[in-house]
Amino acid sequence: MTDRHPGFSTLAVHAGAQPDPTTGARATPIYQTTSFVFNDADHAASLFGLQAFGNIYTRIGNPTNAVLEERVAALEGGTAALAVASGHAAQVVVFQQLLMPGDEIIAARKLYGGSINQFTHAFKSFGWNVAWADSDDIASFERAVTPHTKAIFIESIANPSGSITDIEAIAAVARKAGVPLIVDNTLATPYLIRPIDHGADIVVHSLTKFLGGHGNSLGGIIVDAGTFDWSKDNKYPMLSEPRPEYHGIKLQETFGNFAFAIACRVLGLRDLGPALSPFNAFMILTGIETLPLRMQKHCENAKAVAEFLAGHPKVAAVNYAGLASDRYNNLARKYAPKGAGAVFTFSLKDGYDAGVNLVSNLKLFSHLANVGDTRSLVIHPASTTHSQLDDAAKVKSGAAPDVVRLSIGIEDKEDLIADLEQALTA
Amino acid sequence: MNHDAYDDNYIRAILNSVKSIAMVGASPVNVRPSYFAFKYLAQRGYDMIPVNPGHVGKSLLGKPFVASLGDIDRPIDMIDIFRNSSHIMPVVDEALKLSPLPKVIWMQLGARDDAAAEKAEAAGIQVVMNRCPKIEYGRLSSEISWMGVNSRTLSSKRAPIPTQGMRLSLNRMSVGGGETAASDRAAKNKSELS
Ligand SMILES: Cc1ncc(COP(=O)(O)O)c(C=O)c1O
Repeated sequence: MTDRHPGFSTLAVHAGAQPDPTTGARATPIYQTTSFVFNDADHAASLFGLQAFGNIYTRIGNPTNAVLEERVAALEGGTAALAVASGHAAQVVVFQQLLMPGDEIIAARKLYGGSINQFTHAFKSFGWNVAWADSDDIASFERAVTPHTKAIFIESIANPSGSITDIEAIAAVARKAGVPLIVDNTLATPYLIRPIDHGADIVVHSLTKFLGGHGNSLGGIIVDAGTFDWSKDNKYPMLSEPRPEYHGIKLQETFGNFAFAIACRVLGLRDLGPALSPFNAFMILTGIETLPLRMQKHCENAKAVAEFLAGHPKVAAVNYAGLASDRYNNLARKYAPKGAGAVFTFSLKDGYDAGVNLVSNLKLFSHLANVGDTRSLVIHPASTTHSQLDDAAKVKSGAAPDVVRLSIGIEDKEDLIADLEQALTA
Repeated sequence: MNHDAYDDNYIRAILNSVKSIAMVGASPVNVRPSYFAFKYLAQRGYDMIPVNPGHVGKSLLGKPFVASLGDIDRPIDMIDIFRNSSHIMPVVDEALKLSPLPKVIWMQLGARDDAAAEKAEAAGIQVVMNRCPKIEYGRLSSEISWMGVNSRTLSSKRAPIPTQGMRLSLNRMSVGGGETAASDRAAKNKSELS
């Protein structure tokens, strides 16, 4: 048997999962347990000392979660992953491995509003500083680099604007600065974009969105690309220096190209505690099995809806990178040739009030604060997800006051278009 | 042999066939990577021999230290070198004096000496560089999946339950690419920078 390269859909169904050793159960069991018995005292000590592979306590690892971790690592082309309670938890755990008080990250201005809040307020209270840069102006990332910069953070497809980020150009800035590039790949999923192939060193997801895909479970994940050398200088002591909490183990020396994922688990998750429930892991795993099919349908529907809106007399503008006329269409062709995702914004000629009316007239679209559900969703970001930003920052993040955000589901596209048509004319 | 990206079958055949492993640079300090690997491989049933002149007279998990490869009283299938790249060549030279010759010379994660590899290969010895046999064993058996690591293998067969002292099946279907593509890129990035 020679090495084969199974396709994406095969990995989406199989990676990480194997019939249960004890029962033969074929679906991944939900290991709904807090703890795991040790074989003997030496086994227990080996596990606590990171000398053996195995399970201790569900805050540190769980067999159901492990299947999810390996599956997403395989789909992203990474060396390892760590699942956590939410997308936001993933971000905190990642940065806790990289930053000390006084350190800095550079982040794209076009980010999910919750991430802007997290970086601006929560991170500030940890003494971590953020320099903002503009994804449409690569030089703004270069200008933001200082001796305190420890990482660069971007979204592959930005929420809410749906704009596509030039990952390779920003990866080049990160490489020159000697810092890792972290990509939030939530809106693209690895089916549309694999950031590691374009130079990302770490990928994070809110599994809550398209990966889980059914709007029923919160979750987050961190994928280690295995590409960054954490020990080349002493900028990342969590990975390169002896760890007092493990009697002096150096993580990169011991775990090689998956040391970052291990650091997130044995330092971040262990000490901060945002563990993912195995039940949620099971729901998300089941969702991932149909990821390729769902993403095809999400993208096909999104394109049809965007085209309909672009031709509608009441619509002022549609921002969907999948439209040939869109300013991000070239980037979409390069990075997301299978589809530009299913989250985008548009604005109405009659402005803010017309947007509010539209939202209340829709009958099939649900008005709620989420994206990446089987159901089609609608929201007005300026008064909700991005409400904490001032007007200028709203515009820069792609959430101007007259903008409505859609997350297109997998219903029949004719029904989605009919719902929008009736709501626009109501 | 392409030492930048090994086929899983190459690694799998080595780990499935060797029985005795001499670990050069084995440390009795229980937070050193060599100790982790030594203990793990011993538990998986390999006949482990610790080689370290600084610890002769002591033993590692019940196995007495020897000062050098020449002091080992039985044929060695594999030599696992836990030394920096700059200390590899003398160990390979010593290995080439053994009779019978070892079948495999393995250089630990982070260690690589292409000239030494070429010399060993010219003598018919298989070489692995910059890999850890514990990680590779854990990966090919998917035991490492407990840690969320991408094993790059798939299997629809019921897995054996990993217990102490048990050899695990390494015969899963491999998913080429993944990690090696990423580590190739890392190596390339590094050489572009320097
Ligand atoms: C792009 C993006 N990143 C991160 C998050 C945060 O994820 P969670 O809600 O799972 O914490 C979201 C949630 O909306 C998101 O859209």
